[in-house]
Amino acid sequence: MSTPDIAISQRITTQRALRGRKVDPANIIFEIALILSLLTSLGFVILLLATVFSDGVGVFQERGFGFFTSNLSRIPEQAGIAQALFGSAALAVIVVLVAFPLGITTAVYLEEYAPDNKFMTLVRLNIRNLAGVPSVVYGLLGLAVFVKLLGTDMAGGTGITGGRTIISGGLTLSVLVLPIVVITSSEALRAVPASLREGAYGVGATKWEVTKKLVLPNALPGILTGTVLSLSRAIGETAPLILVGAFYGTFFTTGDTGTLGKFTTTYTALPQVIYQWATEAQSEFNVELTSAAICVLIGLTFVANIAAILLRNRYEKRW
Amino acid sequence: MGDMTSVIDAPSPSPLGEPAVDLRGNSRRRWRETRVKVVLLFSVGITLAISVAIIASLLGQSIDFINSIPLDNLWNFDQWAPRIGDFDIATLFVGSLLVTAIAMIIATPLGLGAAIYLSEYASPRVRRIFKPFLEVMAGIPSIVLGFFAIAWIGPEIVQKLFSDASAFSLAAAGIGVGLLVTPLVASVSEDALRAVPLSLREASYGLGARKLTTVTRIIFPAAISGVVAAMILGISRAIGETMIVTLAAGAYGEANFTTNPLDVGMTVTSGIATLASGTDQVAGGAGTAASSAYNSLFFLGLLLFIVTFLLNVVGESFVRRIRERY
Repeated sequence: MSTPDIAISQRITTQRALRGRKVDPANIIFEIALILSLLTSLGFVILLLATVFSDGVGVFQERGFGFFTSNLSRIPEQAGIAQALFGSAALAVIVVLVAFPLGITTAVYLEEYAPDNKFMTLVRLNIRNLAGVPSVVYGLLGLAVFVKLLGTDMAGGTGITGGRTIISGGLTLSVLVLPIVVITSSEALRAVPASLREGAYGVGATKWEVTKKLVLPNALPGILTGTVLSLSRAIGETAPLILVGAFYGTFFTTGDTGTLGKFTTTYTALPQVIYQWATEAQSEFNVELTSAAICVLIGLTFVANIAAILLRNRYEKRW
Repeated sequence: MGDMTSVIDAPSPSPLGEPAVDLRGNSRRRWRETRVKVVLLFSVGITLAISVAIIASLLGQSIDFINSIPLDNLWNFDQWAPRIGDFDIATLFVGSLLVTAIAMIIATPLGLGAAIYLSEYASPRVRRIFKPFLEVMAGIPSIVLGFFAIAWIGPEIVQKLFSDASAFSLAAAGIGVGLLVTPLVASVSEDALRAVPLSLREASYGLGARKLTTVTRIIFPAAISGVVAAMILGISRAIGETMIVTLAAGAYGEANFTTNPLDVGMTVTSGIATLASGTDQVAGGAGTAASSAYNSLFFLGLLLFIVTFLLNVVGESFVRRIRERY
């Protein structure tokens, strides 16, 4: 237990001794109001989870694994999320391959290598601001750069990204989470004490040797926590994918093409399917279908979040 | 880090007058250092390029947009219907303003109350239970809250309180956005409250102040810049939120001007999202109303970028202020 906690408990004891048995109504009302505001937000979360789960659980009971393995369909009884799961998984893989290496190396440069000058201060400020840019603006960036600029070649044919493909979507999401990866990794690197580095320099290690053998291994749990959280953010993003053309119709071709073809044709992702179904959720069955898909999405993001929190608590070091 | 390198790299003359030994190692090690540095710098370059790309892509097409339409078309309190050439951004501004205001009316008491409770009243054990709960709440995807807004907030809260509210409304969207922003407001203001040194609390108790007085007269004013930062960052987040509004506010592709939060409406963000759902059609030929509609996406994006950028800069400066004071 850290010192402030002990101090607080001591303070409470002192306070009690001084106050005696007198009751202070204003104090109690204030505290109750505070507890209520905390419980209200928690209440909404529990209500949300309960509603979605109770509406969606029927689909899992009736369809079992069929819900996960069947494709999108016009007929609600046959509609499943197989293509959405494939799309989300592929997007996540692209984010892992693009945003993580770029973000972590950027953080290493900024924390370990960067000279302390005005330009680098500006770079850091710029990254902090990028993290606050609304996700829909990243969608516009993806539309202009990945879909239009890189998606068409000089002659007007299809370019590197192939236009509205999973590659454009994955790159857009990578750009979206990149600042978050940089910021969380920077914090993890900064938490490694300077004495560790100085010791290594003292025995003649070069900068990269110190970084690779000491700083990175010690910062790894923190970096992993940040990357897992940003991955869960990427999986849940909807708005940018609308702009770069994730498909959300009720018919679909991905299931029919070969593995490579899946990356160059229309695609969808879990949040997109939820968006589509939610806008059509008039009939009782569509509400159930949407709720079931939401259960899967919440399940995925919660697993990621809880994994990150556990990882942090397990490996959190006190220097 | 900079000064440490200079200590190691500087070839210092030996005190015995012999030629200094080069401790920097062999040329292969030095070459590897250079290579690593180039790779790392390349990554930094890419993050910089992203900012440039955002501004360039937004700015270019925004200028095309402004040039392609009559300017009085931009502000006439009529309607936002880009597909037929009606570009009244006042409709979207008022929509964003209403949603953000409602969101902050929800998020400020909930977030601030939770923050004060967790920082000042909760025992360490209660804190350890509730803090992760708020973190999990912050991780809920906005599309899920959007669905909750149409499935529950709209019919069970807005329509129960106001019988004349429509099934989809700016108010329902605002409440949904408020729930999304609450954990952000809570965590930023809790950090600020916890940054207030214990000595201030002790001094207050020492003078005989009760807990309520200490919290409201001492702790809260001391942490005020952090609380302001929490609100500003919350507002910025609320303005930029897209999916909740797109689903719950009801307007799709076009919207009439309205100042009534119980009406169907549209914000800057949902204007982008719902118009973009059909960009293939709007992207049509150059110089037509359709290409103006496509370019208007980028104009809205630019406005959104500028507003959230300014709010974030101001918010961050408030966060820094409280960090420097204590």
